[in-house]
Amino acid sequence: MGNKVTKIQSLAELNKIKEEENRRMSIQDGVRIVVGLGTCGVAAGAQPVYDAIAAYIKENGMQERVLLEETGCVGICQYEPVVEVYEPNIRTTYVHMTVESAIRVMKQHIQGGNPIAEFTIGSSKNRR
Amino acid sequence: MSCTNFPCYGTLEQGTELMNWLEANKDMPGIVLPALQKAQEIYGYVPRPVQQIIADFAHKPLSEVYGVATFYSQFNLEPKGRNQISVCLGTACYIKGSGKILQMLQEKLNVNESGVTEDGRFSVDSCRCLGCCGMAPVMKVNDDVYGNLSGEELDAILAKYE
Amino acid sequence: MYRSYVMICGSENCSSIPGHDQLYNEFQNQIKAAGLTDEVMVITGSCLGICHEGVGPNVAVFPEGSIYTGVKVEDVAEIVYEHLLKDNRVTRLLFDETVTVGNARSIEDTEFYRKQCRIAMRNCGIIDPKNINEYIAKDGYQALYKALTEMTPDEVIDVVLASGLRGRGGAGFPTGRKWKFASGNRGKVQKYVCCNADEGDPGAFMDRSVLEGDPHSVIEAMAIAAYAIGSDHGYIYVRAEYPEAVEHLEIAIGQAKEYGLLGKNIFGTDFNFELEIKLGAGAFVCGEETALMTSIEGKRGEPRPRPPFPASKGLFAVPTILNNVETYANIAPIILKGAEWFSSIGVPSSTGTKVFALGGKIRNTGLVEVPMGTTLRTIVEDIGGGIPNGRSFKAAQTGGPSGGCIPASLIDTPVDFDSLSKIGAMMGSGGLIVMDDSTCMVDIAKFFLEFIVEESCGKCTPCRVGTKRLLELLTKITDGRGTMEDLNRIEELASFMKDNSLCALGQTAANPVLSTIKYFRDEYIEHIENKHCPAGVCKNLLTYHIDPKLCRGCTACAKACPVHAIVGTVKNPHAIDTTKCIKCGSCIEKCRFGAIERK
Repeated sequence: MGNKVTKIQSLAELNKIKEEENRRMSIQDGVRIVVGLGTCGVAAGAQPVYDAIAAYIKENGMQERVLLEETGCVGICQYEPVVEVYEPNIRTTYVHMTVESAIRVMKQHIQGGNPIAEFTIGSSKNRR
Repeated sequence: MSCTNFPCYGTLEQGTELMNWLEANKDMPGIVLPALQKAQEIYGYVPRPVQQIIADFAHKPLSEVYGVATFYSQFNLEPKGRNQISVCLGTACYIKGSGKILQMLQEKLNVNESGVTEDGRFSVDSCRCLGCCGMAPVMKVNDDVYGNLSGEELDAILAKYE
Repeated sequence: MYRSYVMICGSENCSSIPGHDQLYNEFQNQIKAAGLTDEVMVITGSCLGICHEGVGPNVAVFPEGSIYTGVKVEDVAEIVYEHLLKDNRVTRLLFDETVTVGNARSIEDTEFYRKQCRIAMRNCGIIDPKNINEYIAKDGYQALYKALTEMTPDEVIDVVLASGLRGRGGAGFPTGRKWKFASGNRGKVQKYVCCNADEGDPGAFMDRSVLEGDPHSVIEAMAIAAYAIGSDHGYIYVRAEYPEAVEHLEIAIGQAKEYGLLGKNIFGTDFNFELEIKLGAGAFVCGEETALMTSIEGKRGEPRPRPPFPASKGLFAVPTILNNVETYANIAPIILKGAEWFSSIGVPSSTGTKVFALGGKIRNTGLVEVPMGTTLRTIVEDIGGGIPNGRSFKAAQTGGPSGGCIPASLIDTPVDFDSLSKIGAMMGSGGLIVMDDSTCMVDIAKFFLEFIVEESCGKCTPCRVGTKRLLELLTKITDGRGTMEDLNRIEELASFMKDNSLCALGQTAANPVLSTIKYFRDEYIEHIENKHCPAGVCKNLLTYHIDPKLCRGCTACAKACPVHAIVGTVKNPHAIDTTKCIKCGSCIEKCRFGAIERK
């Protein structure tokens, strides 16, 4: 949110924020990464994962192309830490993330463009 | 008695903080419960002199403040350990064996009847559901939550807290 | 040194695909045309190792390491212009390992998610809860605008009534009716709107998830409720055990105030609404509505008799409505999409969805939101993935300490308010704990009673003394001292507590006991008559034996025994002195030969 906030008085003002925000969240030519930082996520070690991704984005100058955000609990506690990657029309759910696996996702998926099957939610390794 | 006198408990800073909070919120309806919460945040527990300060300020008898303090499980009338361990005994955790984790901690740390270690480093308690049922069994040390406990990791976790 | 390298897979697999031989020249030509000859080098490399049928030819671009599959001559220009020139990716050609391996790529592809229908949790795990703009992006505050500018307060109540929404906190009272009761004398008297976020049922955590993940959905709904009944002040009573929920709520309220979505003259109308957070202090009974209000008043959170009902005399003795978090989370979609849409989901007597916290002995634990009337089997087997470790489903417990157990024989029961109460269970706030055959039903009933004994506020005798006596009777049974007469006593005492307790806590306290007796009577009888716990849980009914045929005399168990109850010499079978044994189970854990038996 900007520093100067004006009060929303009309539907037009509400819709303006809605449209601008939708544009920002669905960044074209880029990705939006969300890390679940609800209580379960943090308990499972999501904070270091978030920090590692943030640092990686900064080191590699990817701020333009990658929007990193936190979110609440998506309801799959046993799979935490969960990192989701949103690209136009595609959603990828990475589970049981560690700092190491998150860096691999950044390299192979975010930079390279190839998702890593062994870390996605459907991987048999991730079934308990 | 209105409480213009300075509270005679704890350090000067603690007393100032509590009095400032009370002064700032003096018009709040139902101030006793939030005041006790604030006091516990400042002092770590709510001994009788602190309850007396709140009672005086709110123009209530001490018995009423004491009644509130003893009704809610959040309030400690005795000091706690430097690091507070709470083992969740909610249904999901119980089914997954959190009772055993609690027992292991109590034995490992050799806590006394009020759950505090001799050196005051830890206190061990059980608590109600922390809402991390997907990771049962769960325990909390201060504000850090640890899940999927088997018992083997306890030493490593405890070592992190001085 | 080149900026980028294009590597065309030169393996036999890829080279044999028609068109492969033209790729090298086409890349060279396109790169030249793009003016990148000095920056990009094209090489034919070794196998990239992705040789599934029909995948190749493969092309990799370094240093990013992007792998394109099925590259045809006509794709080359796009790769050069998009990837090498503009640093974009040609998404349609990127290698997706999840497809070749057959792994679900996103949560939406999983069985766990596909059978769900998310209304209350629509934004959880999707938006940033600390940024009001993201909530607005997902139609946030549109419902409040619609209510304030296009609807009268009575119309708002009518829509909620027509939607059939029932309270998600436990009892399932119709939300619209509650609002209607409190709607008289708008503008003439002070009224309050409260939110029950004191999620106390052990095993339920959907309210935490909504508060942490989508706090504005509750704030918007409370403002709508306030408009409907004519109130200008609200309280959210939230558990102190949920620090992150409290923090997110504080941030959300601050942002809503800045935007003028809370405060005076919201959306330029004459509607004002202020919202405050009140922290609970760890008392389960405060989830009961009158106790919660007494607690907001700063007193001991004891319930009081009803009537007067909160709708006429609630918080600070004025008309008050109280709904729980999940109920509120449904309000904005109902206002926006209409009552008909909402009532088309679920079953006629229980409309919409319900969030369940799946836990216990089940593969997929977590939060699931399903249409009302979904069968327990769908929830446990399809969404929950069944019972792990090769064990079998024994029962599901719903409704926490006020609810009951659903046995395996009733697994096809639809989960809605009325079907559950018909079989002696209860929707409750939505905890759904799954138990397998290693769970003792008498022990579980005892567990819930211990919880209630601890949490009974002590104000009324049937609850304070009744729960205690009930626990003593159960303990007698699990200790092996029970008689058949005790079962009758339990049932008699339970019905007395139900009729005479002041609030729901005492009235429902016996439910876990009654429903386990109803469906697992044999297990109780086994404890009483044969002094035997079939699940092997009740300590005092267990005995430990060493099978002399399997014991190798390794002495590991004897060393582990804390009370020296195991005797024997090296390489000879050991034996347990059952008079000394404290049944701690240490020996079983140490035995590598499976020689120790627990019965």
